[in-house]
Amino acid sequence: MANATPVLRRFALPDVGEGLTEAELLQWLVAVGDTVTVNQPLCEVETAKAAVELPSPYAGRVVELLVEAGATVDVGSPIITVATGDGGAGTPEPTGTGLTGETNANGRTAVLVGYGPRNTEARRRPRRTPDDAPDRAPLLATAPDARSKPVRHGGLEVGRQAEAAAIREDAASSAPVAPGRRGPRPLAKPPVRKYAKDCGVDLATVRGTGPNGVITRADIDAARTPPARAEMAISALAGEQRIPIKGVRKHTAAAMVASAFTAPHVTEFLTVDVTRMMKLRRRLAERPELAGVKVSPLLFVAKAVLLAAGRHPMINSSWDEAAQEIVVHGQVNLGIAAATPRGLVVPNVKDAGRLSLAELAGALADLTETARAGRTAPADLTGGTFTITNVGVFGVDTGTPILNPGEAAILAFGAIRERPWVHKGKVRPRQVTQLALSFDHRIVDGELGSRFLADVGALLADPGAAMAF
Amino acid sequence: MTAVRNETEIDIGEAGEFAGPVPGAGAPHLPQQPDLVQLLTPEGERVENAEYPLEVSDEELRGFYRDMALVRRWDAEATALQRQGELGIWASLLGQEAAQLGAGRALEDGDMAFPTYREHGVAWARGVDPLHVMSLFRGVDNGGWNPVQRGFGLYTIVIGAQCLHATGYAMGVQRDGAESAVLAFLGDGATSQGEVNEAMVFAASFAAPVVFFCQNNQYAISVPLERQSKVPLYRRAAGFGFPGVRVDGNDVLAVLAVTRAALRAAREGQGPTFIEAFTYRMGAHTTSDDPTRYRLAGEVEEWKLRDPIARLKAYLSRSGLADAAFFEGVDAAADELAVRIRRGTVEMPDPPPTAMFDAVHAEQTPHLAAQRAQFEAYQAGFEGGAE
Repeated sequence: MANATPVLRRFALPDVGEGLTEAELLQWLVAVGDTVTVNQPLCEVETAKAAVELPSPYAGRVVELLVEAGATVDVGSPIITVATGDGGAGTPEPTGTGLTGETNANGRTAVLVGYGPRNTEARRRPRRTPDDAPDRAPLLATAPDARSKPVRHGGLEVGRQAEAAAIREDAASSAPVAPGRRGPRPLAKPPVRKYAKDCGVDLATVRGTGPNGVITRADIDAARTPPARAEMAISALAGEQRIPIKGVRKHTAAAMVASAFTAPHVTEFLTVDVTRMMKLRRRLAERPELAGVKVSPLLFVAKAVLLAAGRHPMINSSWDEAAQEIVVHGQVNLGIAAATPRGLVVPNVKDAGRLSLAELAGALADLTETARAGRTAPADLTGGTFTITNVGVFGVDTGTPILNPGEAAILAFGAIRERPWVHKGKVRPRQVTQLALSFDHRIVDGELGSRFLADVGALLADPGAAMAF
Repeated sequence: MTAVRNETEIDIGEAGEFAGPVPGAGAPHLPQQPDLVQLLTPEGERVENAEYPLEVSDEELRGFYRDMALVRRWDAEATALQRQGELGIWASLLGQEAAQLGAGRALEDGDMAFPTYREHGVAWARGVDPLHVMSLFRGVDNGGWNPVQRGFGLYTIVIGAQCLHATGYAMGVQRDGAESAVLAFLGDGATSQGEVNEAMVFAASFAAPVVFFCQNNQYAISVPLERQSKVPLYRRAAGFGFPGVRVDGNDVLAVLAVTRAALRAAREGQGPTFIEAFTYRMGAHTTSDDPTRYRLAGEVEEWKLRDPIARLKAYLSRSGLADAAFFEGVDAAADELAVRIRRGTVEMPDPPPTAMFDAVHAEQTPHLAAQRAQFEAYQAGFEGGAE
């Protein structure tokens, strides 16, 4: 069965799950020039479901790696070229009946010339936008990668809506569909589709001249001899670095866009003298109950938030657009925004209100440690009801935080600095910090937001006030 | 084939609680289970059980090793083929070879088995060509073997549905007055299904000649057994009114002995038995699953010490029943099998679109024929005619 002359074979990214459309290539386990055997792991890919190794379907020599590590690859795109023909054990000769890598489901083999542009052209399932609002489509179109993972079970209707929105958007622009652009499904009758497939013409590149832009057989014929496509020229600025939008960054972007353009934000600021709090902190740190836990300023802020939220339950609520209801939560799942090597994550402490100060300190320490190690369990990232973002650790005074989606308020806690402050009628150096509270004005009015922020401030200025709560 | 990523190993939530002592015939430091039937320890020592005496020839013992090794190789090749895009999905039996070969070999001619979608080892024992299983997972057909000829039903994807088929079939056997038994396969997760419980109620009421063979591989996809049942599964049988036995599912000899006894009892009119084969799914639920998300690597390592093939190999070597040449021969045969499976799978022709009409009924009904004609006409409407 061995051929004397080497045959070049391309291995296309398979769907390693059920109905997945893309995967991220985490790392290559082979290099150009390596000799590989059948089933030798070639690379590691991560899909929405799992990280898995892809074993080689061929025995031979690696000629070319077509995708760089870190890239997101569409299912069906070739990732590696292997020169076979040395009769490696277990390598069947191709029969032309759908061997891996030779053709893909879209029949695009015939036009495989340059891989980069083609990859971005791959058709995929409609994706869900953060809230599926059609009027948001243009916004998202500028950052297509902000869209979430493919719609699967129960998501068909959502997918259809997204697709419909995309078609409307496309109809609005009269510009021809540019190659490399992710457009709607081109309109063509099934026999014409088949004809296009047989001719190796990608319908997405064809401009329809039939009624309503339907692609006809003549259009396919016209497209069969296309003018040479101009190479995609991106003038690289000196030192410019292009970072693919994925992972936590992608998620954060989607969440922030969704939040910023859904909940009308109001931000209020309060400057507080926390000298007494800092004194209390030192005293508390010596108590046996708190031995071994970190008594941080953040702990006091968290405690103050929990106490104040008890007095103003509406601050700990959510807007349920679908049900047309405001959900006032029975417990505070306190989120702490944590900067991690992988980006921003907001794990939360479930029912933080029931914890003692020592327990809360322990929970906060665990939470941030786990987050920084990148090991936060998914359950700890969902279900938050209120968030604190400690911008002070970066030496910053304050900011206008954006709500964690689904929550009614978020508190930013700035750096604690020695400042001149009027204390008992005299200007004294005091330890002062700034608080910034952003809230969803659909739920929380200025009065409630102000009262809540004032209560948090009062508790930090005079921790003894907690006795009155 | 699933890569283990450190960061996901830890985030397993409640499933982690299961990582405590696994009750079973395990490493010496774990508590022994008095109820567990075992004839071959994880260390490869042959032990006797008064209730389940077993006489096996040396040839049979070597045969079991060979079967298990070949089936494991098949399983590995199928997993790789899925990763290469040649199969739509694959459900790995890694770790469950002894449970399946022991049960499969306990069947006699004339007995009927109703599998789930993971019973590759039973299929092997029943003489089903692996390629007929591969064609199912490639999406070429619904399983290429004749269930009547092989005494082995088609794979059932619906969880637990086959238990009703098995009980119904067993009641038919009873009414025919035939001297054969039925073996229903199910997993631990299926015990929570309504139809499995219905099947057991009917089986008990009619004393049907059916044996429920439950491979408790500890996980229903990601849900650990402790969340499915507050009692050991074999004890559930008492509630239905028939005996339940727990057997070391990684001990091919114990599985053979227990299943053989249960099938014999069924043939003799003593009604059903529930067998809980206590085992472990070493791989993912299917190729779409990532087990590192819900169980600890340490747990898997623990179970590696109870590997069904390793313990038989230890026994064969120690007792001088097999030498290095034998094991090398089995390895070579396994590689040959893998090549045959690979070639056979990738070369499978796609079925014509009209093939779906062929096996709906034994005979073509007028309604079906009309549908077929309509579909053919539609296909012909494409440029270049039907594919």
